[in-house]
Amino acid sequence: MINAVGRELPEKIGSYVVKPYAGPSQKIEAEQTVCSRRKPSKRAVAETKLMPDLKAAIQACGLRDGMTISFHHSFREGDHIVGQVLSTIKELGIRGLRFAPSAVVNIKNPSIVDFVKDGTIDRIQASGIRGELGDAVVEGLELAEPVILRPHGARPHAIETGELSIDVAFIGASAADDFGNCTGQVGPNACGSLGYSFIDATCAEKVVVITDNLVPYPCVPISISQMYVDYVVKVDQIGDSAKIGAGAARRTKNPRDLLIAQRAADVMAASRLFKDGYSFQTGAGAISIACTDFLAEHTEKAGIQASYALGGMTANIVEMHKKGLVRTLLCSQSFDAVAARAIVDSPNIIEIDNSMYANMFNKSCALDKLNFGVLGALEIDVDFNINILTGSNGEMMSGIGGGPDVADGADISIVTLPIVRGRIPSVVNKVFTCCTPGSSVAVVVTEAGIALNPKHKSYEMLKEDLQKAGIKTVSIEDLLETAYSLTGVPKPIETTDKITCIVEYRDGTVIDVIRQIKRD
Amino acid sequence: MVGTLESSDIQIGLSPNPGGGLDIQLQSVVKAQFGDAIVATITEVLESFGIKDATVNAVDRGALEWIIRARMQAVCCYATGTQFEWKGEDK
Repeated sequence: MINAVGRELPEKIGSYVVKPYAGPSQKIEAEQTVCSRRKPSKRAVAETKLMPDLKAAIQACGLRDGMTISFHHSFREGDHIVGQVLSTIKELGIRGLRFAPSAVVNIKNPSIVDFVKDGTIDRIQASGIRGELGDAVVEGLELAEPVILRPHGARPHAIETGELSIDVAFIGASAADDFGNCTGQVGPNACGSLGYSFIDATCAEKVVVITDNLVPYPCVPISISQMYVDYVVKVDQIGDSAKIGAGAARRTKNPRDLLIAQRAADVMAASRLFKDGYSFQTGAGAISIACTDFLAEHTEKAGIQASYALGGMTANIVEMHKKGLVRTLLCSQSFDAVAARAIVDSPNIIEIDNSMYANMFNKSCALDKLNFGVLGALEIDVDFNINILTGSNGEMMSGIGGGPDVADGADISIVTLPIVRGRIPSVVNKVFTCCTPGSSVAVVVTEAGIALNPKHKSYEMLKEDLQKAGIKTVSIEDLLETAYSLTGVPKPIETTDKITCIVEYRDGTVIDVIRQIKRD
Repeated sequence: MVGTLESSDIQIGLSPNPGGGLDIQLQSVVKAQFGDAIVATITEVLESFGIKDATVNAVDRGALEWIIRARMQAVCCYATGTQFEWKGEDK
C-alpha cells in the first residue's frame, strides 16, 4: 500500500501491523484508558530501596529474558548508565531484551552493537539510533524485529497505549536520595531537565534510579518523586560531565550558516505573529543557535517579549530570558551546561515532561500554542517532506527528535539548511527517508533563497507578511534546480527488500520505512 | 599529486601505466551517489590531454565537478610537463 506521502509500505512487517500515515493528524478521542504497569504496593518501612550495586537492583526487579528496559538520553554522549546496566545484564546472562531508550546516542564504549550481537538485546525502539548502532542496523544487523523510530511526542503515546510496555526503567540522575527522589539539575554531572523520564517513571513496572551523587533526604529539587521509584543504586560515575553538557556553544563563524540563520530570524520578525507574547522553539544546531541570537536582536529592537521558548534549551535562550526577551522557558531537555543549571536559578525556567511538550494525544501539549518552530534537516524535497535520519550513503546521521511534532504544532515551521553540503544536494526530488510530512512545513530557508510551501495552512498570511517586509521568495523547484546545477543529479541509494527500521509519525502511523542499504 | 584532503576537495595522484590503459582508483565520501560521475569527469580530462595509459589514485572529499576537473587538469599538466592552455577554456 501507499501512504499519504507516497511511500510504499507492506501491510504487515513481521508481527507489526502497519497503520499507514493518512494525512494531517486529527485529534482522536480514545476509548482506551491510559496504560501503566505501575502497581500499588506498600513496602515495609524498615526495608531499604538502596541497593549495593546494579546487579542487586536488576535481580530485585526480577528482570528476565525478553523483557523491555528503558533509559533517557539526557546525558547524551557522556552517558555511562546504559553501558553499565547492559554490561551487568549481560553478566547475569539475561537475554533477548527489548531496548527502548528515549534515544540512542553514539555510545562507543561499550558498543550497543556488541550487546545485539551477543543476544543481550534483540529489539530496539527509540527516537533515533545515531552512530555505530544505526549504521549497523541499516547495513542489516540481525534483530528479531525492525527498529521502531518515533518522534519525541509519539513515545509517551506508545507507552500510554501499551504498545510500548516497559518492564524496568533505569533513570540516571545527577542527584538522588535513598528513597528515590531525584533530579538532573544539580550535582557534578548535571544534565538539566529529565523531561524524557517522567513517562517511564509513571508507567514502567519497576523503576531504578541510578546516581553518583547520593544526597541527604530529601533531594532538592524533586524532578521525579519517590512515589514511582523502587530501587536506588549509587555508582561511581553516571557520566562524563564534559560530554554531558559542554559550555555554551560558540556561535558559528560559517558565513553561509549565519546568512541562513539571519534570514530565518528575518522571516519570523516579518510575520504578524511576531508581537508581544509570541512563542518559539529554535533548537541546538549551529544554524539554530545563531538564529536564536538574531531573533533576540529582532525582539529587543521591537521592544517586545516572547511568552515562552520550548523544547531543548541552550545557553543563548537562557541569555534571552535574563535580558527579559522571553518570559518563560519550558525545558524538556537541556542542551548545554548553562541551560542544565539555569532551571534551579530562575522560577521562570521550568523542567517539563516531554509528553507535555509534544504528545498530541494529551488533553493539550505545549506545541499547540507555538508560533515559530525552527527545524534542521538533512534533506527536503519538492513536496517539502523532510529527512532528518539518513545521509547520502544511507547511513544513520541523526535521530527524529521532536521535528515532526514541532512542524505540526507550530503556526509557522521553518526548515533551515544549506542548499548543498559538499557535493550532496540538500534540496532533492524525493527524500530518501520521510520523517516529517511536507504539509506541515511552512517555509524553507537556504542561502540560495527562501521558499514558501503553497500547501501550508499559513501560506497566504506568510506570503503577504513577507511581501510587506520586502523579503523575496523563490519556489522549491528553483532551489532544487540550483542544488542540482551545483552537484549533478545524485544516483538513488540502492536497497534490498529487508526493512530495517519503521519510521512512525507523531500520531503513531507509519510515515516511512528504511530498507537495508545495498553495498558492493 | 595535487589537491588536499580537505572537505569539498579531491586529492589526485597520476602515474604512468605503460600499455595498461586507464586504471582509476577512486575513494569518495559520495561514491554511492556520484562515483560514476566522478570517474566520467576524470576520464574526460585524461582524454582531453590525450593520455591513454595512466594510473589515477583519487581520494574525493565531496568536491564539486569543477573542482575535480581543475585538479585533474593540473595533475595532467604536471605529469606531461605542459602549460595549461587558458585560452581553450574561454572558447
